Amino acid sequence: MSEKGVLALYWAASCGGCEIAVLGINEKILDVAAAFDIVFWPCVLDGKVRDIEKMDDKSIDLCFFNGAIRTSEQEYMARLMRQKSKVLVAFGSCAQEGCIPGLANATTKEAIFQTSYHDTPSTVNPDGIRPQTETEVAEGTLYLPFFYETVKTLGQTVDVDYYLPGCPPEPERIWDAIVAILENKLPAPGSVIGAETTVCDECPRTRDEKKIKEFKRTWEIIPDSDICLLEQGLVCCGIATRAGCGALCPTVGSPCIGCYGPNEGVDDFGARMMTALASVIDSDDPEEIDRIIHEGIPDPIGTFYRFSLAHSELRRIALPANGGSDAKLETAESA
Amino acid sequence: MAERVGVYICHCGSNIAGKVDVENVSQWAGEELDNVVVSRDYEFMCSSLGQELIEEDIKNEGLTRVVVGACSPHLHEKTFRKACSNAGLNPYLCQMASLREQVSWVTEDETLATAKSKAMISGAVKRVLLHEELEPTEVPVNPHSLVVGGGIAGIQTALELANSGNPVFLVEREPSIGGHMAQFDKTFPTLDCSACILTPNMSDVSSHPNITLLAYSEVEDVSGFIGNFHVRIRKKARYVIEEDCTGCGICIEKCPKKVLDNVFEAGIGYRKSIYRPFPQAVPKYPVIDTESCIYFDRGTCKACEKFCPTNAIDFEQKDTYIDIDVGNIILATGYDTFDSRKIPQYGYGRLANVFTSLEFERLCNASGPTDGKILLRDGVTTPKSVAIIHCVGSRDTRFNAHCSAVCCMSALKFGHLVIEKTGAEVHSFYTDMRPTFKDYEEFYHRLLEEGMHFTRGRVAEVTDAARQPGEEGKLIIQVEDTLIGRQRRIPVDMVILMTALEPKPDAREVGLKFGISCSMAGWFTERHPKLDPVATMTDGIFIAGACQGPKDIPASVSQGAAAAARVLGMIMKGAVEIEPVVATIHEERCSGCRICNTLCPFNAIDYVEDKMVSVINQALCKGCGTCVAACPAQAISGAHYSNDQIFAEIEGLLFDVVQGNGSKPVVEEPEAVPA
Repeated sequence: MSEKGVLALYWAASCGGCEIAVLGINEKILDVAAAFDIVFWPCVLDGKVRDIEKMDDKSIDLCFFNGAIRTSEQEYMARLMRQKSKVLVAFGSCAQEGCIPGLANATTKEAIFQTSYHDTPSTVNPDGIRPQTETEVAEGTLYLPFFYETVKTLGQTVDVDYYLPGCPPEPERIWDAIVAILENKLPAPGSVIGAETTVCDECPRTRDEKKIKEFKRTWEIIPDSDICLLEQGLVCCGIATRAGCGALCPTVGSPCIGCYGPNEGVDDFGARMMTALASVIDSDDPEEIDRIIHEGIPDPIGTFYRFSLAHSELRRIALPANGGSDAKLETAESA
Repeated sequence: MAERVGVYICHCGSNIAGKVDVENVSQWAGEELDNVVVSRDYEFMCSSLGQELIEEDIKNEGLTRVVVGACSPHLHEKTFRKACSNAGLNPYLCQMASLREQVSWVTEDETLATAKSKAMISGAVKRVLLHEELEPTEVPVNPHSLVVGGGIAGIQTALELANSGNPVFLVEREPSIGGHMAQFDKTFPTLDCSACILTPNMSDVSSHPNITLLAYSEVEDVSGFIGNFHVRIRKKARYVIEEDCTGCGICIEKCPKKVLDNVFEAGIGYRKSIYRPFPQAVPKYPVIDTESCIYFDRGTCKACEKFCPTNAIDFEQKDTYIDIDVGNIILATGYDTFDSRKIPQYGYGRLANVFTSLEFERLCNASGPTDGKILLRDGVTTPKSVAIIHCVGSRDTRFNAHCSAVCCMSALKFGHLVIEKTGAEVHSFYTDMRPTFKDYEEFYHRLLEEGMHFTRGRVAEVTDAARQPGEEGKLIIQVEDTLIGRQRRIPVDMVILMTALEPKPDAREVGLKFGISCSMAGWFTERHPKLDPVATMTDGIFIAGACQGPKDIPASVSQGAAAAARVLGMIMKGAVEIEPVVATIHEERCSGCRICNTLCPFNAIDYVEDKMVSVINQALCKGCGTCVAACPAQAISGAHYSNDQIFAEIEGLLFDVVQGNGSKPVVEEPEAVPA
């Protein structure tokens, strides 16, 4: 880059934590501003989509895109940023794996609308009004984005060049990635920019062979400060979670929840966790094994797919059209 | 370069062709499947002509991959791999589809069977495209061997190996070798004196220059792999210095403490606190039982030390550890007997004159506590009638489903001994009479002629509650005689329970230590029940005798010799080839979480402390894939079973379901509308 590069940052279905994480690099943000012209960053700068639409294709050198794809607007923006950017980075867990928004795939759009617009105690909606994609008013037609049945990741929507894991990515790792991009020392396209091993590698706790008689919830014990949390019965996802955070949670006695996503080469984080834990349960008695699992892990999706349900092999619970029995699928017209 | 795949569909006579339209499958594969350049069907692919077909095509058509749709790979994978390597193709570039076991034998409908065959072939073709060339590795074999267990099977194995000029370590848990055979009085059906035929072999073991006998010792730890095992043995403290002891026995004579001998004398005889299990024990050195020894209890006595002429007693002796390297290991750890107290209605432990079969062996034995006289528990009365109850704990789904194999013949032997020594009436209560081997049936007829009574039926109860005249003071057998369909009550003086043979209680732990598995019941599992009965799934570990399942002395001896022959074959070859289908831990991805450490059924995984990673010993790995599945970081890959290969096979199997490369979308979403 002879001149300054062109940088864009965008957010889709996300909490905003990724934006804050970018600022977490502190004064180095000035170095970023020195290296790049920031053309689009809705969270921080005023900007208009129409201005981006007018730019030439591939005229943005680098786009950090955080958030999952939940609505038609987000999908449109994903396609737009893809079209205009040379390098599109899925920034953070939502863009990479669906993250917390992706947990909506454990239910249906209808159930979500039912809860949000009717059932919550704070909702007052005597006419049973729901948002519509098109509404006629005196001044003309108002449009709202279409709310999809299923949350998708950025990579399931458009081609992604790189993935930066984490919920949110640690500022040091963001800076590492920016440096790698500036120095053109990037891995093969499609890769995750990050470590190739898991949180245990950074965890200071001592580890022994694993045999688990009982899974404990965090409120049930005060864990020993030196021994592996999993060996103490806490479901610590550090064994399956990509390193990069510095093992922040297990170091202070809180089990890893898997926010840095699966290790290099792993497609389904939850499946990895489940096969690993299933293999170290210390019992040969099927009834006891059932008890250990049911009492210790009351919420398997929330435990093993907290960050990765949308990206998992199954992606979502079954819908009636695909063989599901409980869920009710609503049509686009009824929304 | 595009791979060139040859597909071969076997008719297997009518086994496959009778259900599957093999011509259709073969033609379809040639026309529809990518990369397939040759597709044939043939009556017997495993025949030499069938194999030549493959070899010729590799040479003439330039095949780079081969798929054979035939029987299970268990049967003929080696055959077709060999055909490939004969023609210069790496044998691991061949894949089998099991069209017989998984299709024709288990599918009723012919149309479905043909469709399923196509799916299987499609999966195999997709998979074989991703196969990698693999090369077996060769490791040398240490000529030393370890035999675990000094019963008749272990003795036989050790002598066979030692006589061939190879060094052997023989480890025995008890103070003496000899096992159960040393406890018996006579052997069936020849009525040879058990000790007389056993003890020469025992003394051969003790004097053999190639045998290192480690009695009163146990294997603590096993590591390594075929040809190169490292074994740590704990030699338990005898409190007798073996180098100084002459075996004179004065210490035993002078020891003031007498205790019940629950092991060798089966609880009906006594021994001293310092003891030898039996006079001909090998080795001859006594051992102090610290639990009953007065000195170890109260700190005084030391009678043995005072009288020992060679100062061989050492109360301070500690367990010692011996590390040895061996090439092969033979387990001959034997069996245990069923605890008859688990069937309370037979009265063992409650009714004095109910004996177990092992107790009766000691009772009959001339060197036993009654000098071979058959007496009731009071030690003076000779029984006038004896009942022998078969299948106590055997062929009974509450305890052991299996037949203990030896009890029918032992019962006949007991009947003969009772008649010969006491002239008493003998009643046998049997389920089925099973005298199956050479001269056994003849022995049964001999007992019929000697007047032993046989009642077919499972005994309901042994009781001392008399109901009828003539039953007072007797043990009454309540039984349904199933041949006449009537209940009977038979009063007797003595009852012998033919207790089941059971796996040693620690068989599972021992199996784990040596990396071999047990059946549900707890017997060690052989590599193949018909064709490979003394090998195990772990190369270099063999099994012999009753640890593999109930068997009599000749069968145990045969297995001991067979295991020795297998080991000798390995020693003579000098090296073994190790299968390359193994798992590998990629160090850079391993975080050392240690999830995999306890999972390997072959003990192939070690944790390297200083690097904080786990490693797989490829010579030990059997490629089972347990660790590959369990590794949460996917740091372990299994050669020949990579994710890509398996996904490709699944995709191939679903050829008529899956469109294009990816799966169908879960649900069609409407087109995006502009924001």
